[in-house]
Amino acid sequence: MSDLLYSEVEEDLRASVRDLFSGRAAPAALIARTESAEPYDLKLWRTLAADLGAAGLAVPEALGGHGASAREVAVVMEELGRSVAPVPYLGSAVLATSALLATDPSQAEVTERLGKLAAGTLIGALAVPLSTAPGSEFPSTVTATADGTLNGQVRSVADASVAELLVVPAVGPDGPGLYTVDVASAGVTITEAISLDLTRRIADVGLENVTAKRVAVSSAAVSALDTALVTAAGLLASEQLGIAEWALAETVRYLKERYQFGRPVGSFQSLKHRLANLYTDLVNARATARYAADCLASGDDIAIAVAVAQARNSPIAVHATEEAIQLHGGIGMTWEHPAHLYLKRAKSDEIALGTPGRHRAALAPLIDLPA
Amino acid sequence: MTTVDDLRQRVADLLAAHPPESTPRQDFLDARFDAGLAWIHFPEGLGGLTAPRSLQSVVDKELAAAGAPDNDKRRIGIGLGMAAPTILAFGTPEQHQRFLRPLWTEREVWCQLFSEPGAGSDLAALGTRAVRDGDDWVVTGQKVWTSGAHKSQWAILVTRTDPDVPKHRGMTYFLCDMTASGVEVRPLRQITGEAEFNEVFLSEVRIPDAHRLGAVGAGWKVAQTTLMNERVAIGGTEFPRDGGMVGVVTETWRERPDLRTSELHDRLLKLWVEGESLRLVSSRLRQQLAAGAPGPEGSAVKVAFSELNQAASGLEIELLGDEGLRYDDWTMRRPDGVDFLGREAGYRYLRAKGNSIEGGTSEVLRNIIAERVLGLPSEPRIDKDVAWKDLPR
Repeated sequence: MSDLLYSEVEEDLRASVRDLFSGRAAPAALIARTESAEPYDLKLWRTLAADLGAAGLAVPEALGGHGASAREVAVVMEELGRSVAPVPYLGSAVLATSALLATDPSQAEVTERLGKLAAGTLIGALAVPLSTAPGSEFPSTVTATADGTLNGQVRSVADASVAELLVVPAVGPDGPGLYTVDVASAGVTITEAISLDLTRRIADVGLENVTAKRVAVSSAAVSALDTALVTAAGLLASEQLGIAEWALAETVRYLKERYQFGRPVGSFQSLKHRLANLYTDLVNARATARYAADCLASGDDIAIAVAVAQARNSPIAVHATEEAIQLHGGIGMTWEHPAHLYLKRAKSDEIALGTPGRHRAALAPLIDLPA
Repeated sequence: MTTVDDLRQRVADLLAAHPPESTPRQDFLDARFDAGLAWIHFPEGLGGLTAPRSLQSVVDKELAAAGAPDNDKRRIGIGLGMAAPTILAFGTPEQHQRFLRPLWTEREVWCQLFSEPGAGSDLAALGTRAVRDGDDWVVTGQKVWTSGAHKSQWAILVTRTDPDVPKHRGMTYFLCDMTASGVEVRPLRQITGEAEFNEVFLSEVRIPDAHRLGAVGAGWKVAQTTLMNERVAIGGTEFPRDGGMVGVVTETWRERPDLRTSELHDRLLKLWVEGESLRLVSSRLRQQLAAGAPGPEGSAVKVAFSELNQAASGLEIELLGDEGLRYDDWTMRRPDGVDFLGREAGYRYLRAKGNSIEGGTSEVLRNIIAERVLGLPSEPRIDKDVAWKDLPR
């Protein structure tokens, strides 16, 4: 049976990450940063990725990582959700890293890139729209020539605006392939989009006769991309848990302090029941997120676990942040209060890596419930 | 410290001394109790070994694999889930010896005399009076929603012993002999047509003081232990993936392609996901319990299960279309035990309506989550410092 609890090591990791974020990604500073010239905090990223070693958790030690597993990455994702810290963790440490790990890592190009990604000295992004669901058809907006020259466009790529390395799915004469591209190469353009999510940016990637290295081809490329998407979708469920936890904790805190009609607002039964419902959702979100992380770590039952976690946790995170805004009243609608950052993250996460409906549809054949 | 190997050895010894194929069921249950393999976390001599509760599954699995008989948890669910842990926590050594063995070995079935017509969710408002008379207490009042009272030998009973103090302080807890004179059980017919529950009338029932559980006036505290265990019993039930009420609907879905529509498909998948996530929550709850740190999630699980059962059984009726217009049988039955899934779709739909009422209404459970887990303030209370007899009723 899967272990659905947190180990001591995981709790220690959580404490360090939470400590880091609470000191250096406080809500007021976050809001100011979203409007600054540097919406991402790359100093904070280096501390998280390199000093705490969070970027290389799931990378084997032989490849420069820490040889932990998706369970530990999931704990970082929870804290990321709880803080909406502006760091490219999903794009680099999860999506790009998982994609390269799923290729043959003994290739010199992959070994070298993975080492740097794991050490947190290189920021990567996986060049697919963030909305891409696991099991989607292999993207064909980028084409490759036989000598590895790429041409094409990819819209809405998470964390691409700060990436130095792109992992690009492209279709060449031999069929689907995965390629590595230096963002600094001639012909690469990164156009930052205005993102709904202020703390996780998306950008459009343009490739014009760009020199690339192919790291996987045909079925190996298809499966490496899918592994990356499944892994990221499963881990995103933990981020969604973190978002919901923040929303509930902040709302409870506020409703204990806020007085109306001569009583703390949190003593009114109608509001208490809404918070109790959020707690019930949270209990569910934690169980599905832990199960998905444990399955990703062990290799068992991954497809069902990830689809369940995404189908369940996406709407829970959105609902929790929507309730947080409603129950904070007028304050919840203001720019100064951080609730909107969480709503924006939750709603973007609902679309990211497959909508709940897509995950339910993916589940149907797996559990023998045909349409 | 009992280890897995110790337990396996004890199971092997039990099976060797009492081969299941040649030992009568009741004798086997007695022997299992005496070997400390009934509920291993109970003390030695009382059916257990003071062993970690998490290891019970080791015993259960080995015995099941050997084809050993087991007690009927459905029939004695209230005894196992509510009466036993309360008796263990508050009983005297004499009470432990007298009651626990026949309870577990199914010689005596238990019911729970808590709710009253005027005291359901507000249990502490109850008015069944117990008045001291020499070595006895004389009890008079009416209880309601008593599952299985018609086949029970014993009941856990909460009464009012002091009407002059605020309601929580004037209650006393008893173990009541259901065969005593003055106990009258009447069937209470429900929306399903059957009478699974009862009304119980108590007219000058004499209960010896030796059958009092806990101190005079401490009934509320004792009852809290019962209610907490009730929630654990409900929330901690293990069920498989694709099981429970959702499993019933998925089975119909698979067998009847002619009934499928795309709208019902997505709703069914949603419910399946909820069922799977609740299965994981229950697993997590049991893992926490095994690790010695039970979480407060039990109330949440109970609320969520009720909603899921109601939604799934409602969907099943819709899925059945024409057939959903029919009901299997309205004759008044007296079922042997609670079976939420038994019978047909209409029954399941109607019976599931009780899930959000029995064992604590969803409203009360939400208050518990809000106040005890989230720490929100309680609503202003007008009954706190008022004597029970002066409360409006």
